[in-house]
Amino acid sequence: MAECGGSGSGSSGDSLDKSITLPPDEIFRNLENAKRFAIDIGGSLTKLAYYSTVQHKVARVRSFDHSDKFPFRPSPGKSTPASRLLVPPPRVSHLRRHQDSHGLQGRQKSSALLRVPRGCVSASSPPRGSAHTRVPHPHPQDTEQDHEPPYEISVQEEVTARLHFVKFENTYIEACLDFIKDHLVNTETKVIQATGGGAYKFKDLIEEKLQLKVDKEDVMTCLIKGCNFVLKNIPHEAFVYQKGSNPEFRFQTNHPSVFPYLLVSIGSGVSIVKVETEDRFEWIGGSSIGGGTFWGLGALLTKTKKFDELLHLASRGQHTNVDMLVQDIYGGAHQTLGLSGNLIASSFGKSATADTEFSKEDMAKSLLHMISNDIGQLACLYARLHCLDRVYFGGFFIRGHPVTMRTITYSINFFSKGEVQALFLRHEGYLGAIGAFLKGAEQDNPNQYSWEENYAGSSGLMSSSPELCPTQRPRSGTFDLLEMDRLERPLVNLPLLLDPSSYVPDTVDLTDDALARKYWLTCFEEALDGVVKRAVASQPGSVDAAERAEKFRQKYWNKLQTLRHQPFAYGTLTVRSLLDTREHCLNEFNFPDPYSKVKQKDNGVALKCFQRVIHSLDALGWEERQLALVKGLLAGNVFDWGAKAVSDVLESDPQFGFEEAKRKLQERPWLVDSYSKWLQRLKGPPHKCALIFADNSGVDVILGVFPFVRELLSRGTEVILACNSGPALNDVTYSESLIVAERIAAMDPVIRSALREGRLLLMQTGSSSPCLDLSRLDKGLAVLVRERGADLVVIEGMGRAVHTNYHAALRCESLKLAVIKNSWLAERLGGRLFSVIFKYEVPAE
Amino acid sequence: MGAGRLGAPMERHWGVAATSASSVREPAPGGPDGRRREPLRRRANSASAPAVGASASAEGVRRDRPGSYSGATSASRQRVESLRKKRPLFPWFGLDIGGTLVKLVYFEPKDITAEEEEEEVESLKSIRKYLTSNVAYGSTGIRDVHLELKDLTLCGRKGNLHFIRFPTHDMPAFIQMGRDKNFSSLHTVFCATGGGAYKFEQDFLTIGDLQLCKLDELDCLIKGILYIDSVGFNGRSQCYYFENPADSEKCQKLPFDLRNPYPLLLVNIGSGVSILAVYSKDNYKRVTGTSLGGGTFFGLCCLLTGCTTFEEALEMASRGDSTKVDKLVRDIYGGDYERFGLPGWAVASSFGNMMSKEKREAVSKEDLARATLITITNNIGSIARMCALNENINQVVFVGNFLRINTIAMRLLAYALDYWSKGQLKALFSEHEGYFGAVGALLELLKIP
Repeated sequence: MAECGGSGSGSSGDSLDKSITLPPDEIFRNLENAKRFAIDIGGSLTKLAYYSTVQHKVARVRSFDHSDKFPFRPSPGKSTPASRLLVPPPRVSHLRRHQDSHGLQGRQKSSALLRVPRGCVSASSPPRGSAHTRVPHPHPQDTEQDHEPPYEISVQEEVTARLHFVKFENTYIEACLDFIKDHLVNTETKVIQATGGGAYKFKDLIEEKLQLKVDKEDVMTCLIKGCNFVLKNIPHEAFVYQKGSNPEFRFQTNHPSVFPYLLVSIGSGVSIVKVETEDRFEWIGGSSIGGGTFWGLGALLTKTKKFDELLHLASRGQHTNVDMLVQDIYGGAHQTLGLSGNLIASSFGKSATADTEFSKEDMAKSLLHMISNDIGQLACLYARLHCLDRVYFGGFFIRGHPVTMRTITYSINFFSKGEVQALFLRHEGYLGAIGAFLKGAEQDNPNQYSWEENYAGSSGLMSSSPELCPTQRPRSGTFDLLEMDRLERPLVNLPLLLDPSSYVPDTVDLTDDALARKYWLTCFEEALDGVVKRAVASQPGSVDAAERAEKFRQKYWNKLQTLRHQPFAYGTLTVRSLLDTREHCLNEFNFPDPYSKVKQKDNGVALKCFQRVIHSLDALGWEERQLALVKGLLAGNVFDWGAKAVSDVLESDPQFGFEEAKRKLQERPWLVDSYSKWLQRLKGPPHKCALIFADNSGVDVILGVFPFVRELLSRGTEVILACNSGPALNDVTYSESLIVAERIAAMDPVIRSALREGRLLLMQTGSSSPCLDLSRLDKGLAVLVRERGADLVVIEGMGRAVHTNYHAALRCESLKLAVIKNSWLAERLGGRLFSVIFKYEVPAE
Repeated sequence: MGAGRLGAPMERHWGVAATSASSVREPAPGGPDGRRREPLRRRANSASAPAVGASASAEGVRRDRPGSYSGATSASRQRVESLRKKRPLFPWFGLDIGGTLVKLVYFEPKDITAEEEEEEVESLKSIRKYLTSNVAYGSTGIRDVHLELKDLTLCGRKGNLHFIRFPTHDMPAFIQMGRDKNFSSLHTVFCATGGGAYKFEQDFLTIGDLQLCKLDELDCLIKGILYIDSVGFNGRSQCYYFENPADSEKCQKLPFDLRNPYPLLLVNIGSGVSILAVYSKDNYKRVTGTSLGGGTFFGLCCLLTGCTTFEEALEMASRGDSTKVDKLVRDIYGGDYERFGLPGWAVASSFGNMMSKEKREAVSKEDLARATLITITNNIGSIARMCALNENINQVVFVGNFLRINTIAMRLLAYALDYWSKGQLKALFSEHEGYFGAVGALLELLKIP
């Protein structure tokens, strides 16, 4: 009974508005590639879901050594069953796994790109054509070739998979269907999955307009499928709402096990469903007093027709004029009795005894309390009976309305005495459409994938809520969007997390910390010019680069402004989410990797210094060398185009070198300094296997990380070097790391043999973020970490070790190191610019 | 209608029930949850103060709130003292002042000897005459003659028990009458329960020179029910149930023997609703309550139909058709919703059809009254059923004045409980539905255990 409400109501009128012009740039994107549709038609809102493939430009790197196959690269392997899903098999925009691009020319072979090599890069997975064991050595230490880049970069088209969701008022349904029909180019789809109370009402219209057969899906099944999907795939999907507290929205970290939970869907009536597994759920009860009661009874009492207006009335009313309170019955005695006089003894109790006129506002408010309290009470009774403490609320009664979230939360807290938590969902309105879509795509088994919310293409929570931004309602504001990108392979927890259910990647919650929020938003605003400039510069051959960069600027600027006013729009606001949003926006306008050339140059320069650095390290005594290696890691980390302070120096003085960076470093004792403890540890037995998360390209990875890796290898420790799957700032990508490793192996026998013997493994993280979320890592990496028994985790760089994971507790030893390249942050941590964090932690026994 | 009791005033003084710790900022739901009684302590209390009906409670109040008895004279204390030794002086009243209705029970002694009659003061006589010779008092007071319990023996006296009710808003007039009839000269003790016992305490004292003995509402309720059930209804059974409640032809009201009452879920539907789990005479807890009660039904009916009395509201409801107002499962799914085993006749959304303008224009006041009644009743049934499940109790007794002359509600409760529990739960009713609190107050006066 959830979603069925209001169909056929006189709410927003059923007369279809055909005159509206849709802003096609923003909504219904990629419609020409749409492959599969689903629709959820509620009482007043329609939610359309479609799956499309998106073509993106990606920067690819490849070795100059065309003839020879990189020996450490795994064979292209069999196509994963994954690639058969949701035809045509797409790739994910933010997960630019490096592909074996040898011989590939753009798009015509794009499907071959999908044949993703699984597993790690190591000599243990023998290359196809085992004859190729010779280490390529294309550019021996030739000092003449100073400006010779170490590898090629080519821009290619890539196809990625995306789920689009558009929410609009039912009034627009005909206009929207016409629009879809006109733009739908070559879909092979014959069927559209439909759910919601309005599905049958618009069935004929849909079939006539789209020439698709309407396949009706069960409302509740769709709702629960959708709910499971968002809880699993969207971080910070669920939140508690506490009016008046700071922040009002408190987002929940995704618990590894979402089941069992209670879903209370408040449509025209109330359905209470216990969800036990992905496919098993049970309707355990319901109530007829729901959103339809508020709306219907409210309309009778106040002569106000629209649901939103009723809520608005309610938010201004005084229910105490209508309700009989405890203090009305007990008089003043409630105080001395310790009773809360404000408790409602009888809803509408006063309207029975007085001949007075009651104001619309007061009656609406009383009605809202009556219904919210009643639902909250029943939800608590059911939760108690089934021993559940998490209750998710959904349905049009809740949808984006702070007024109802507030009263429901209050009621749940009251009746459960805080034992039950009322949770709401950011994408609650889309659950039915998501579920219907998944139902239609069942044979493709979409649940085996991980998905990711695309911040660039999603409107964010309450984007069109008149309660929050009454002035800001442009025409397209009535359309709410959600886009989700499909990731190639599932993301999972790092098995070494001490407690996955309590792990929070981000160090500072900017929704919580207003001061920090203000600083970082300004910081990102100020850095925007530079990012735009770099984006344009990265595509010198492109005619429209400047235009696209300008669009990027506008989009990201708008996102930042939205976040200033609604920090909760995309879940918990963090430095990571700001960075990720920027990456998503850059991708949106086809700037897949603005730093590709910078990285190429940096890598080239650093490679030339590698042997010199190794020689000088080898000349040191053991103890001196350990410190030098750590300093090298830290100094390398100064090279970070992401931090404004550094990019300023680098832009003005390109000669700024490794040695210069070392001089910039803070002298010991460092801001956080457990180096002595680390040194002591190194005197003990070697670690079995170290997992290292690399940061920047160039000096950082080549002169900082690799020498450190080399030392670990020499100690007998295996090393897994994990790099980003896709580009983010100047971070080294997995594909770049392959080439870099290849070049270093050519120079250095330790690295060479380790690669060949599978003691050094290059892996991808599954991420394209400058930060690191250890609860969303590539499954292959997680499997390997478990297999190899990793007992040391090294996290390097500000993004991964300070903005995120600073407080991450692991089950094994960990090393978090970074140079603070932001004076504000340094100050906050009690240090100065270029302060050093060296945090060595050993888990408690 | 008795007020849906929310707190447990007396108990608060024992520090047992700090349940309503809700914020003052936000008005709150209908009622705080389960107060676990502490029977041992209760017994200890009554043992230590074994005399007056209200002993434990009154002592408790006095201990903690010395100021509240500031107006009490030493004479009144002596009265209380004297009650310890012998039965109280006439008149014997029990009063339950709810949010909407005041319930008054009056014991009319029929065994008055000539000698006694001679000694009887004039004011006492006039009260007796006034109450027993009328069936209506003023424009709003009513004696429920059909409920009168005849030839009852109370404290060794034989007589009839009368049941009188009037609206709470006429309480000032009642107090004024007490003053006019010079009640205070009778040195009587008014045992009163319900929230109004607190609200009007000062008025009783200052206007009527009468001191109220305030009693815990839930104690009185349970006492009253158990007592009234034990004495029966003039030879008939007090407790009853409905067979075939959904079938107007076959529906039968049948007596129920409440010989083994425990455990029992007691649902008191006054203006609001209180739900109690009763395990023995002295061991019970308030499970929960809801603000959607009789007051809500009547209040909404007044707003929706312009009716002015509860009787009128019920009369309209009896002629209405709620399916024009409510959206049923079949309105949405065309029939049963098999996925969830929901029958097509079940209400999916109360007032759900009223979202549509056309349907709003097509309904009658009678339909609206009926829908209001069905909505409130179903909801109470639903909450009661959940409480019964949570408490593992399968006898549910519904009392309170909402059920007065309200066969529609009773039959619906009976049917809903039976249907949704698949026959596990039984809905029981009691003839004196709204008067138990007042009876309990009278029993406290007479210190009948």
